[in-house]
Amino acid sequence: MASTTLSVHQKALRSNVVKKAIMAVTGLVLIGFLLMHMFGNLKIFIGQHAYNTYAGWLQSDLLYPLLPEGWFIWLFRIFLLVCLVLHIYCMIVLWGASLHGRGPRYVRTNRKEQTLSSKLMRWLGISLAALLLFHLSMFTIGWIQTGYVYDHSDPYTMFMGAFSQWWMVLIYALFVTVVCMHVRHGFWSAFTTLGANVGPGARNVLNGLAYFVAALLFVGFILPPLAVLLGMV
Amino acid sequence: MKITLKIWRQANKDAVGGMKTYQLDDVSEDMSFLEMLDVLNEHLTLANEEPVAFDYDCREGICGMCGVVINGAPHGRYNSPIPTTTCQLHMRCFKDGDVIEIEPWKTGSFPVVKDLVVDRSAFDRIIQAGGFISVNTGSAPEAHSVPAPKRQADRAFDVATCIGCGACVAACPNGSGMLFTSAKITHLANLPQGQPERRLRVKAMVAAHDENGFGGCQNVGECASVCPKLIPLESIGQLNRDLFASLLRGDGKAIAGS
Repeated sequence: MASTTLSVHQKALRSNVVKKAIMAVTGLVLIGFLLMHMFGNLKIFIGQHAYNTYAGWLQSDLLYPLLPEGWFIWLFRIFLLVCLVLHIYCMIVLWGASLHGRGPRYVRTNRKEQTLSSKLMRWLGISLAALLLFHLSMFTIGWIQTGYVYDHSDPYTMFMGAFSQWWMVLIYALFVTVVCMHVRHGFWSAFTTLGANVGPGARNVLNGLAYFVAALLFVGFILPPLAVLLGMV
Repeated sequence: MKITLKIWRQANKDAVGGMKTYQLDDVSEDMSFLEMLDVLNEHLTLANEEPVAFDYDCREGICGMCGVVINGAPHGRYNSPIPTTTCQLHMRCFKDGDVIEIEPWKTGSFPVVKDLVVDRSAFDRIIQAGGFISVNTGSAPEAHSVPAPKRQADRAFDVATCIGCGACVAACPNGSGMLFTSAKITHLANLPQGQPERRLRVKAMVAAHDENGFGGCQNVGECASVCPKLIPLESIGQLNRDLFASLLRGDGKAIAGS
């Protein structure tokens, strides 16, 4: 086997713990992105001009003139995509290791600690990827247009059109629920993997923060579409 | 007490196992769980049936040999109000008329030998990879010549109580041996005697952990919740921190893995 030629250092570098650390770092980057995205969405409450100006700034003016106009958004997208691909790649490898490690199934299991989100983590991730594709094809690419005509210079109108439809808000609520469940376990797990769980106190703090961030994301993401549906914007 | 037992029977490593039901009418609540199985086996022997194979040695919760999944939780942690090994679980944790399901540890790294007996030598191979310190044998050195800070010594002692029973792996949805491995890492990382090989140890033990087919940790926490010796979940944090720090150093670069 080829692995016999690897040094102990090389084996440790290829270990599951290192793959978990990659998942942790990329996951935290993506959570950071979600928090920023959520904050930006709230500008819908200020009005069309504020929302569209912000979107325009993201697409062309951010970091200009340090970078040529419109470069930042693509560098940022590539960075997020690399994070996402690494996250998914490590997840697939670790899932394989888990299937082997777990071995035959028990006739009966009674788990004491496992939460719903930690149990469903991988399935939440897969649903998340599918819903993300749907989300991007609506608002970023324009493959799916429902309730609006795609126009990347006027995301405010797209937002209003899309979420004036109750079923779109419902799909979005499902999306955000999946995101927040994934983030709830992911936030705690990422910091724990990176070694931040130094004792029972730290465990409570990390878990509390995980619930807080997940709840914050849920409220922050669901408020704008809900307000549009209820005619409050 | 009258008890209905559903027990995993498997003739050998390669045989297909399955649950088999037995009735026991003469169980005392003062019996330990293993004594109850002894009574069952006496009945089976008298009836000319194959007794249920299960592992045990000390029967006082310190050797780590016994250990079965009872009603879906290792060491009967679903029924027992306190952390315990299977041998220290008593029938008073159950009620008259209860149905008790007993299965062996089922993980990819611990093959079933027979019935409830599993082969845990994968743990030995992890220890062999680095769970030791290298000192010359001979006359013991003066104990006070190497000061060990009290706080670290206490931490080391707490995790050194791991008996290697394998309940952590049995409880883990991923079949990960991280709690076991991290107990040894934390033990030796907190003592002055463990420092010279600290970086090489963590690399070698993590490599051996993966090579022996254990899964990755998902920070679910099942392992620590069933541990009879209360090895805390944060031990895994110590292992991770030690591994990340050691990866920046050259230890183990010149050493070919087995």
